[in-house]
Amino acid sequence: MFDTLASKLEAALDKVKGRGRLDDKTVDATLREIRLALLEADVNFKVVRGIVERLREQLVGEEVAKALNPAQQVIKAVDAELTRALGGEAVALTLTGKPAVIMLAGLQGSGKTTAAGKLAKLLKSKGRHPMLVACDLQRPAAVQQLRINAERAGVHVYAPVTSGDPVPVARDAIGKARETGCDVVIVDTAGRLHVDDEMLAQARAIREVVDAGETLFVIDAMIGQEAVNVAKAFQDQVGFDGVILSKLDGDARGGAALSVREVTGTPIKFASIGEKLEDFEAFHPDRMASRILGMGDVMTLIEKAESTYSEAEAADAEAAIMSGQFTLEDFLQQMQMLKRMGPLQGLLGMLPGMGKQLKDIDVDDRQVARIEAIIRSMTPQERQDPRVLNGRRRKRIAAGSGTTVTEVNRLVKQFDQVQKVMKSAAKMAGQQGAKPKGVKGARAQAAAVRQMQQQLGGGGPAGLGGFSGLQPAPKRGKR
Amino acid sequence: MDLDPTLVVIIGVLLLTLLGGLVAGGRRRGGGPDDRAERGPGGSTALRERDEAPPDLDERPDLEVLPEVPETPEELLAPPVPVEELTLAERFRRRLSRTRNVFGASVADLFGRGVTEEAWEGLEEALIGADVGVTATMEIVEELRRRSREEGATTGPAVLELLKQELRAQLGSGDRSLARASDAGPTVWLVTGVNGTGKTTTIGKLAAVEEREGREVVLGAADTFRAAAAEQLGIWAERTGAELVRKGEGADPASVAYAAYEVAEERTADLLIVDTAGRLHNKRELMDELGKVKRVLEKLAGPLEETLLVLDATTGQNGIAQATAFLQAVDVSGIVLTKLDGSSKGGIVLAVQRELDLPVKLVGLGEDIEDLAPFDPDLFVDGLFSDLEV
Repeated sequence: MFDTLASKLEAALDKVKGRGRLDDKTVDATLREIRLALLEADVNFKVVRGIVERLREQLVGEEVAKALNPAQQVIKAVDAELTRALGGEAVALTLTGKPAVIMLAGLQGSGKTTAAGKLAKLLKSKGRHPMLVACDLQRPAAVQQLRINAERAGVHVYAPVTSGDPVPVARDAIGKARETGCDVVIVDTAGRLHVDDEMLAQARAIREVVDAGETLFVIDAMIGQEAVNVAKAFQDQVGFDGVILSKLDGDARGGAALSVREVTGTPIKFASIGEKLEDFEAFHPDRMASRILGMGDVMTLIEKAESTYSEAEAADAEAAIMSGQFTLEDFLQQMQMLKRMGPLQGLLGMLPGMGKQLKDIDVDDRQVARIEAIIRSMTPQERQDPRVLNGRRRKRIAAGSGTTVTEVNRLVKQFDQVQKVMKSAAKMAGQQGAKPKGVKGARAQAAAVRQMQQQLGGGGPAGLGGFSGLQPAPKRGKR
Repeated sequence: MDLDPTLVVIIGVLLLTLLGGLVAGGRRRGGGPDDRAERGPGGSTALRERDEAPPDLDERPDLEVLPEVPETPEELLAPPVPVEELTLAERFRRRLSRTRNVFGASVADLFGRGVTEEAWEGLEEALIGADVGVTATMEIVEELRRRSREEGATTGPAVLELLKQELRAQLGSGDRSLARASDAGPTVWLVTGVNGTGKTTTIGKLAAVEEREGREVVLGAADTFRAAAAEQLGIWAERTGAELVRKGEGADPASVAYAAYEVAEERTADLLIVDTAGRLHNKRELMDELGKVKRVLEKLAGPLEETLLVLDATTGQNGIAQATAFLQAVDVSGIVLTKLDGSSKGGIVLAVQRELDLPVKLVGLGEDIEDLAPFDPDLFVDGLFSDLEV
């Protein structure tokens, strides 16, 4: 389950290392792995076929740069191809008309009503005056749900009825919006099956009567192979201009995004990434490509870290590690922080390049607890400077923590070793260039991370290829 | 390779800490902290506060038991239709054929031209296209190839027959009936799942069927998170004549479940069905919360008769991760496969049954109350090939 595409590709490409060009046979083996990875990510098999063919053309005869690991080179090509297929850049909403009209449509349970509230909140934060319109008159209490969402987002809502025909509601909403001074109308509609012609016709009727400038098709990131049929049916029979990918905060690889984009040619505009109304953002094709390929779930990890650490805390810890002044006391604190983020093994599994090594080792939380107990049995002085630990002290600590002297020894020794590695890595990276501090710091960290991964037995450059996923991080601040 | 767990923990913690540093660094370089919380004019602050879950309503005596509503819709007051085996089979077939099912037809078409390499590859694609999953598909096709060789099944129909047998075998033969209490207390079914799979709707349909069969049903609205979730369940309660037990939005779901059980017991109801908020299975706190709901219920009721996981038939390979996580958190006893009336084949249940041995107990075949049916693996497999038999 933790087998990353990277490690599989590495195996497939092992023989061509330094051989010059990728031959047909190697490309075949490589593409087989890519095909499997895409299928496991729920990309539709027909879409996979197209992507694999395009990749074949790119890869056959390609020169293998001597410095690069061939697997990494292939991954780069695949990543680029997927990012391109997903639409490259994020596409903005077109809000024209007075009021501008946005309609939401999709299957049952895809998250339309929630998305409506989130979209309203987002538009409001950009200075718009949205009005939500309740045209889901099928599901019990859907109207009530939209009303509550409107109240939470602090926007107007037009919800005159809870049953009957939604088309007149939609029609009247436009006039109502003008009266109340709202400049964007967001129409929530009932979930419908893509094989239900009658309901699709109704959605089309709503779309026509409000003259929606922007119809958004809401689709669950967890959907499987049917995504293409569903999207195609909605496109043909209702029509839409953009896609909202919902529930992206789950752990689905989300290959459906690729399928929908490929078969409809319509851009994915938004991603819903959490339970709160604020958890809604513009879609990032580049992040999605890494996610579909299963190259570590760095973004999730970053998000978890963001919600756990304050900026100052993280900066302090970072500085301490990089300077080699990281004490057992600091280490204990960090362990407490990480525990809030979830089990250590799960977190490590999300790091790109870590999966393979971790597969066979069981890092259970009991192990963490033992280490914690050992450090807690030390005096403050001992935690600051383990060099004072003589035999008697170690014996006392072992007794106090319910462990053995061997375990105490092991912890102290290994902590010391790791710290040395960190220090040298930081120094090495620090000498590499006279860049501004921030950049240099990041590079030093990356080097340190690489060192540590190698110490864990592997990680190799291919695994680190996934670290490109770290690059979007600075962008987050700009939102 | 043999790695020392101590080393792994040390390095792991440091790695993750560094990552936290990178993140913070990113935010610094990006120019200021994440401004989501601060965004907006002063007026939105108040709204934000409303966003937070209201204070726990545990101790407040605000338990609402809705009275039985007199104006139940006409059609629901009609005498219950006896559910015959034949009706069910026909319904199953009819619904599945409405799915514009191309699976059976395309597979038959493939093997109609002989048992060729091309046909095998086509079968592979058809199974993957039905969300059976790559690994399961490879194994099934491998097994079929072997059997077709060994048993000399060289014609299209013979291979199709083998395929049906194989799919049927994959679905196992466990007990698929919903368990009921053998002791005095009410039967308790806890309904769980990720967001938007149809938990509340499924409960509504279940309540309708149970009430029709003459059982007294209490519904516990332990989805205190999603806006209007309790109202949605309340409408189902009105429709079916079941009792609804709810608390305010944001109340502790475990306390709602507790109160619901007390009401069910007090009224000597036959059945308590507890609705829970949809939650993504990778959110640890939410899964822990669900675990608490179950523990609290079990303290009162003893082991629950059923803990059902509602799975959307359109779900792809993530379904396995969902089932695994819910199984771990609340020891799921069975699966309800909903929305099988689209064009989805629900192949994910094959994978789930294979890997976790979790039986599908119910299927949702449509929007009508009657469209919730006990899962019948024979009909399910037949359904995949239904257009061929007509």
